[in-house]
Amino acid sequence: MKPKKKVEKIVFQSEKDVPLMPMSLGSMLYNKTGSWRNIRPEIDLAGCIQCGICWKFCPDISIEIENEFPVVNYDYCKGCGICAEECPTKCIAMVEERK
Amino acid sequence: MKKEKTMKLSLPTEELMGSGHLACQGCAATLAMRYVLKALGQKTALCIPACCWSVIDGPFPHSSLGVPIFHCAFETAASSASGLKAGLEMVGDMETTVVAWAGDGGTFDIGIQALSGAAERNDDIIYICYDNEAYMNTGIQRSSATPYGAWTTTTPVKHFKNRPKKDIDAIMAAHRIPYQATANTSYPEDLFKKAKKAKEIKGTRFLHIYTPCPTGWKSRPEDTVKLGRMAVQNCIFPLYEVENGEKYTLNIKPREKKPVNDYFRLQGRFRHLKEEHLKFIQAEVDHSWERLLKLAEPK
Ligand SMILES: Cc1ncc(C[n+]2csc(CCOP(=O)(O)OP(=O)(O)O)c2C)c(N)n1
Ligand code: SF4
Ligand code: SF4
Ligand SMILES: [Mg+2]
Repeated sequence: MKPKKKVEKIVFQSEKDVPLMPMSLGSMLYNKTGSWRNIRPEIDLAGCIQCGICWKFCPDISIEIENEFPVVNYDYCKGCGICAEECPTKCIAMVEERK
Repeated sequence: MKKEKTMKLSLPTEELMGSGHLACQGCAATLAMRYVLKALGQKTALCIPACCWSVIDGPFPHSSLGVPIFHCAFETAASSASGLKAGLEMVGDMETTVVAWAGDGGTFDIGIQALSGAAERNDDIIYICYDNEAYMNTGIQRSSATPYGAWTTTTPVKHFKNRPKKDIDAIMAAHRIPYQATANTSYPEDLFKKAKKAKEIKGTRFLHIYTPCPTGWKSRPEDTVKLGRMAVQNCIFPLYEVENGEKYTLNIKPREKKPVNDYFRLQGRFRHLKEEHLKFIQAEVDHSWERLLKLAEPK
């Protein structure tokens, strides 16, 4: 997704900067939820049949489609394992996170 | 395997929900939002009462959604949405789809009078309840949507919940609203279709979306989609639509009705249940299913 709103975290320097109308000014993209992960999905594209099921079921919108193949965005993937569980050809493996 | 040239995607690629949100790993409530916004599009405004989603979205001034949200009080999802719709109409905006987006606690329990009021007036809003079967945001307390047998922090193992889940869909049908449907995040295409259909109808529309919650159900995050599928295949949470409180349409009739046992085994909240309890639950499920089949029979 191309972010429409600000990506970085917004910090108000003083009360005067706070808008009168409380409305959202930025996205949550500053919050790199990839750090929550213990295990990471690794896609073996040789087995991928381009069904898009991993993309469809990712709760964190962390599977992007590049050149007609799924690519994991490790900045945000929380390692829930749904993609690996649902992949019909089992070409996604959940492996220990290398810290 | 022969390679196709393009990905086969069953849903549009536009996302109105972004990454970085605060939901637990494997949370289906986020999937529900993702699919609903794909269907309703940019010209949508949400009223969200206190629930997991008021946290998931992110702290002010940030939001993980690309549509406006009004965070309202716990009991006011429907009345806020009714008011927002009336206000928009007064300034000449007839286009925006106004959605009340609440949890099961905010719908089945504290929000039910506002919802009933809006439905009785047939206010032009879509009310969406994502049902994770307890008050999750405040630490897993029972709601009237919690099913029989479940452990929660207020129904501990020794005193597990001994009342059935409230039939909110029957309550809504009794209001004779133009459109209502049950949906499930494990069937995204069906959910997408129902949200699209709801958008095109005027009056009060009600979607009841089943959303597994690994944190509250003590299930593995990777089983979220599997659990949703099981609940449809074993007829615990059937997928159907009701028009004007009368015309029932069953969307998925499992080829072979699965026993409930496997579904219960995957969730820690049911670990204490004995064979006799499961037998009782199976009988209840069979009974409700038969009733629904009768309602959905072509007249
Ligand atoms: C009047 C009022 N009572 C209690 C609360 C505390 N509270 C906030 S969220 C919540 C539970 C919400 O449960 P549910 O609607 O099922 O949504 P979930 O958190 O499960 O997504 C409660 C009890 C409140 N905010 N306002
Ligand atoms: S592990 Fe979960 S969060 Fe990560 S890409 Fe797969 S489905 Fe998305
Ligand atoms: S407690 Fe449950 S519903 Fe709430 S964010 Fe976590 S998984 Fe989702
Ligand atoms: Mg709930």
